[in-house]
Amino acid sequence: MKQEQPLIFEISRPGRTGHSLPENDVAEVPVEKLLPAECIREEAPELPEVSELELMRHYTALSVNNHGVDTGFYPLGSCTMKYNPKMHEDIARMEGFSHVHPYQPEDQIQGALELMYHLQSCLCEITGMDEVTLQSAAGAQGEWTGLMMIRAFHEANGKPHRRKVIIPDSAHGTNPASARVAGFDAVTVRTNEKGLVDIDHLKEVAGDDTAALMLTNPNTLGLFEEEITEIASIIHEAGGKLYYDGANSNAILGITRPGDMGFDVVHLNLHKTFTGPHGGGGPGSGPVGVKKDLLPFLPKPLLKKEADGYRWDYDRPASIGRVKPFYGNFGINIRAYAYIRTMGAKGLKQVSEHAVLNANYLLHKLAPYFDVPYERYCKHEFVLSGKRQKKNGVSTLDMAKRLLDFGYHPPTIYFPINVEECFMVEPTETESKETLDAFADAMVTIAKEAEYEPETVLNAPHTTVVRRLDETTAARKPVLIFKPNKNAQG
Amino acid sequence: MNFRYLPATEEDKQDMLHTIGAEKMSDLFEDIPERIRTQEEMDLPEAASEPRLLKEMSQLSRKNADVRTYPSFLGAGVYDHYIPSVVDHVIRRSEFYTAYTPYQPEISQGELQAIFEFQTMISELTQMDIANSSMYDGHTALAEAALMAVSHSKMKKTKIIVSEGVHPEALAVLDTYAAGPGLTVVRVPLQGARTDKEVLEKEMDEQTAAVLVQYPNFFGTVEELKEIETMVHQKDSLFIVSSNPLALGILTPPGDFGADIVIGDTQPLGIPMQLGGPHCGYFATSRKLMRKMPGRLVGQTVDKEGNRGFVLTLQTREQHIRRDKATSNICSNQALNALASSVAMSALGKNGIRDMALQSLRKTNYFKEKLKHEGVSVVHEEPVFNEFVIHTQTDAAAVNRRLFEKGIIGGYDLGSVYEDRFGHMLLCVTEMRTRDEIDAAAAALKGAIK
Repeated sequence: MKQEQPLIFEISRPGRTGHSLPENDVAEVPVEKLLPAECIREEAPELPEVSELELMRHYTALSVNNHGVDTGFYPLGSCTMKYNPKMHEDIARMEGFSHVHPYQPEDQIQGALELMYHLQSCLCEITGMDEVTLQSAAGAQGEWTGLMMIRAFHEANGKPHRRKVIIPDSAHGTNPASARVAGFDAVTVRTNEKGLVDIDHLKEVAGDDTAALMLTNPNTLGLFEEEITEIASIIHEAGGKLYYDGANSNAILGITRPGDMGFDVVHLNLHKTFTGPHGGGGPGSGPVGVKKDLLPFLPKPLLKKEADGYRWDYDRPASIGRVKPFYGNFGINIRAYAYIRTMGAKGLKQVSEHAVLNANYLLHKLAPYFDVPYERYCKHEFVLSGKRQKKNGVSTLDMAKRLLDFGYHPPTIYFPINVEECFMVEPTETESKETLDAFADAMVTIAKEAEYEPETVLNAPHTTVVRRLDETTAARKPVLIFKPNKNAQG
Repeated sequence: MNFRYLPATEEDKQDMLHTIGAEKMSDLFEDIPERIRTQEEMDLPEAASEPRLLKEMSQLSRKNADVRTYPSFLGAGVYDHYIPSVVDHVIRRSEFYTAYTPYQPEISQGELQAIFEFQTMISELTQMDIANSSMYDGHTALAEAALMAVSHSKMKKTKIIVSEGVHPEALAVLDTYAAGPGLTVVRVPLQGARTDKEVLEKEMDEQTAAVLVQYPNFFGTVEELKEIETMVHQKDSLFIVSSNPLALGILTPPGDFGADIVIGDTQPLGIPMQLGGPHCGYFATSRKLMRKMPGRLVGQTVDKEGNRGFVLTLQTREQHIRRDKATSNICSNQALNALASSVAMSALGKNGIRDMALQSLRKTNYFKEKLKHEGVSVVHEEPVFNEFVIHTQTDAAAVNRRLFEKGIIGGYDLGSVYEDRFGHMLLCVTEMRTRDEIDAAAAALKGAIK
């Protein structure tokens, strides 16, 4: 049963305990003899005091108030909420993977290095790149890592004035933000009426100050950039590099490769396409692959296979340096490797085929009831517009909230920003036809409600543990931590 | 071939293709130009069954020497600590780990509340006003803190001063991040085992956006934050402290010393080492700096019936709104690991975190004294938390090899990073080491150094 759960601080009682520390078998030297007085904490931190059962009940109650892929359909566009195999959780927890230290000498961790090396090789093959680093923590960090390499490339070639990164107006917000953090200026290229990069505009904005074009393909509208080879020529002829945002790779596995499309740098989101679970927001993993001419700039260290085993190569003078401590999110990389090994080449191709088939099937079922901005086959996801319903005063947000009553996580809404009242739907390949049918039925019901009984939609959700929340006050008077006995702002 | 993650049957496929008016699967991909379509099957290993893959992965895993089998004295930013069993039982609840960022708060109250509790615990430990929902790790959190300080000065101050007592990989990550906006990073050396305050004072100027120190520092020593804080604030710079959160169970929190931003990694609290990641960065600051903070924030609010609830808030700071005006590009974070740390902190409670820190402190000092007794030279005399430096005379890597022959994972070879620290080793002791293990390590080290 879903119900509000008190904060763990509110169920805390002095004297209760939920742990069992190792026996202290050394002398109990007073702390004053070990630390200077001004460094000894005076007041113990107010952490909760709960028994083990109370702790489990608290977090179990919280979990019940949370919707995950295992709970139900989660067609959150651009996030690839596919099933997370349980075997992966067992593998990642094997002692030789979970309880090893990153600074153990290479000879003590050959199994881990071997796994990483094989994963890198697989990712090179899947993307058509020459070398891959596993260091980046997530997609956004991968983007920034790739851009820093492109920057280093241009500087090494005597072209430090190449400071502009071209980004489509439909791009994910991390693209322009990553460009900025890497010290570039973001330049927007328009989307044409077909939902694709406007080639004429691209020709206008590309020039001798172009460092790179960042592109997601299929793009965030779920459409394949058919003119990709033309786009690549324009950028390459201008002297820029092509960056592939791998957020939408789930559509192209075994079908086409960024390397063959003309991209020079690629990041993949292993937590999306390769099943590393999303974890409620992370951790992710964002490996970056490059073509040969960018290889010298990869973050260090780089993993090498030598005659006597796997070794870290730190001797990389042109490297952009470190982007993350240690060797990336190894735990997530294990899961991605297990996935690739489970599916093989045939299986991965089926993944993309089924993801695209599911998206087109769902699009077809919804098309009569919503506005479809781009009428053609989509790839793994598609966009709808709620313009029609908006005329009745029902917004896409309202319809998304109504979906909660049907037990679904709504699609991504109001993104991409160039589609009015946007729904972005990504069913993924792990959902069955019956699930898609049932979801389509719910969407159609809501579209009808929007027309005939808008109040039902406007007041949704009706069945969740809390009703619609006041986000304006939350932002205006932020309460970010709990303070006992007062409604403290802090 | 049928795959257990793909539910579509042949009949489903035909049915769905027919519905959408396609004859065959390849019709759906006709917009991909022929010449870039992959013609041959990808060259990947054959698909493996569940039992076969489990066996193979288990064999790979056993090629690694894990710290449950071999007592380890490695620390240097990643620690082997007690993880209560409840932690994994909670984070294995798939309502948590198969969800994404809580964009729809009404069906994500569990995650949102757990993160709100995490923010509260971090704020309590550090004694800072607020904390965010997590960063990738402690080192990138440090770099983001530096960027935030520069942004706070409206890009007018572009110099960052950082102590060499900060983790060397954090320094490396900071250098990479600083290269983007072209910041100047100045390193202040140590005097003995602590940041050289005279050099620091000389380096401080009007251009200095922030000063970064680590507490306890990379060499285990507890820095004197009070004096540094005065110096930093006299020049109107921001004081950024990187802290092992477990140490704050017993050390005076940086917030009490007037820190403006406190960052670090919660790995010591409930997160296995897993070869260095994923861990979990934390980020705490003052209310004054709240709107400059990177990363996601959870806030408390009410629903339309007046019930308490939680939402993602202050999102106008973030990349998806600010796009090319954003000063941080972070999107995915480490939510599941933040949850793990929350559970660990709840299990430990206010007394447990102190007891765990105290036990590490006592065992570390026991090891230090024991080694001195054995004639091994301990390099610094300043107070430490759970790490200290010894002189190994010869190559520390060779000493580690000898220790491993006796089934012991030795310390961190400082000579591998610092040119002037050849023959120095950083040793760590947590509450997980027993007295017998420590005694055995002391004896083995004495033998290995000879």
